[in-house]
Amino acid sequence: MAKEAVKYVWEGAIPLQIHLHKSDVASHPSPPPALVLAPRIGYLPLLIPLIKPYFKDSLPPGEDSIWFDYKGFPLKWYIPTGVLFDLLCAEPERPWNLTIHFRGYPSNILIPCEGEDSVKWNFVNSLKEAQYIINGNCKNVMNMSQSDQEDLWTSVMNGDLDAYTRLSPKLKMGTVEDEFSSLSSPQTRQVVAETDVAGQVKTARIPVRLYVRSINKDFENLEDVPEVDTWDDISYLNRPVEFLREEGKCFTLRDAIESLLPEFIGDRAQTSGEERSMDETEEADGSRETGEIKLVRIQGIEVKLEIPFSWVVNNLMNPEFYLHISVLVKAPQR
Amino acid sequence: MDSAREVSDGRLTVEGFSVASRAFADKWKIHNQSFPPWSWVPLINRTLLVSKKQEEGYLSLEKIIILSSLEEEIPEDESLNVATDCLEKEETVDHTILVPTMENEAHYYDFHIVYSASYKVPVLYFRGYCSGGEPLALDVIKKDVPSCSVSLLLESKWTFITQEEHPYLNRPWFKLHPCGTEDWIKLLSQSSSSSGCQMPIVLYLVSWFSVVGQVVGLRIPLEMLN
Repeated sequence: MAKEAVKYVWEGAIPLQIHLHKSDVASHPSPPPALVLAPRIGYLPLLIPLIKPYFKDSLPPGEDSIWFDYKGFPLKWYIPTGVLFDLLCAEPERPWNLTIHFRGYPSNILIPCEGEDSVKWNFVNSLKEAQYIINGNCKNVMNMSQSDQEDLWTSVMNGDLDAYTRLSPKLKMGTVEDEFSSLSSPQTRQVVAETDVAGQVKTARIPVRLYVRSINKDFENLEDVPEVDTWDDISYLNRPVEFLREEGKCFTLRDAIESLLPEFIGDRAQTSGEERSMDETEEADGSRETGEIKLVRIQGIEVKLEIPFSWVVNNLMNPEFYLHISVLVKAPQR
Repeated sequence: MDSAREVSDGRLTVEGFSVASRAFADKWKIHNQSFPPWSWVPLINRTLLVSKKQEEGYLSLEKIIILSSLEEEIPEDESLNVATDCLEKEETVDHTILVPTMENEAHYYDFHIVYSASYKVPVLYFRGYCSGGEPLALDVIKKDVPSCSVSLLLESKWTFITQEEHPYLNRPWFKLHPCGTEDWIKLLSQSSSSSGCQMPIVLYLVSWFSVVGQVVGLRIPLEMLN
């Protein structure tokens, strides 16, 4: 069952309609937009070889420095395309209208991108970091042969799940046991988590990248959610989740998110026995002072918060072993 | 939760980082008065409230002026040719500052020490810019750093510099890679303590910076290591 979900993730794609920015148009009439299907687990710069042919005859002379924007908002190229879409389009826009620029790279905002090499470097770096979080060291990635690393990257670039499945065991990445399946079947998957000297299983650390948009007012429909103006409106948390294993309790997606955003805990706080140092939460109308998680999107799916976190991780993570979570919250009243 | 006063694996918890940062900033203020002090910037996010359980933040040292000269000059103490005047102070009293002339141009540097939750170690981020705000490229920055540090940079596998996005400020900064930090912190612990690999938390950042700072030309006085 798990394999099927992963297949859907790898096959997930977003239809893009790419417009050439008017300042880059040196031809008359201006070219029509390019229609491209972008893999969710891929990155925008990897689409450039597909897009450029549409526009090359319209470009002014000179060197290219390519970047994308969404309604004027420059897009960070190292965030997977699917995550950008889930985060920036509260109401999914299909096709997603983006603008491509070949000049005027905003290097005060975006880190430089030298095409595929930069994207690959970013991928490998994220993979190392994820491995460090899961295994406690990144020696498996570091010790991987050049050609294996190349092949792994190529499998991701091409969306080749079969090749990736063949190669990824070489990473010897620790896994998280599916909590739900262990309850129903006697045969449980190998649990590999960080162990201490005595060999006792401790908490596992899961690589998570959380992107949070906070909206100040209430909204009924997603189309009422205002546009993002600047990246400063989005809180980015690159922080591992400490996966807690407790007897008789399932660690859910909600538990995971709340561990990263403790200020959004409402009545669900696990500190019922402890003394509260914050006066605000004693108020009768508790929800006033805490925010509210309105929407959680992973791989384009609005995931129910009660789902076991282990299932979410094992099935919805990206090829670099990071789970990217887009969250829309209603900010607490202050 | 973590009330230990020492670390033995070269890594810090987020609480440990907070403690180590304050200790580092305090010692710097006492022993390194030719520089402005480091300030602690709490992570009060515009969109999220900071968890009140622990104060998270980073250390910041900004607007350090380096007067870059066209000639390859090696200052006596081999540290940065830092002007003693600093923009942080309101006074207009000039100390021994060189007025920027055709020969030297003022370059400004910001340094942030940020905690990496993934690697559980501190990470140095830095950037340089001109008086007009234009960012400096890495090869220009390397010229501002004393030549011995440059070779340290190039030859050491510990000092890998890349341009990445600042984890909180949404801008490109230069970052010194954290891979291997816990290993050389353990090496430092072994040599300084007779009881094994223990590194007192209050000395963690001082020890860390004694190595890392050199890469960007910032030396710390030996007294800070006591």
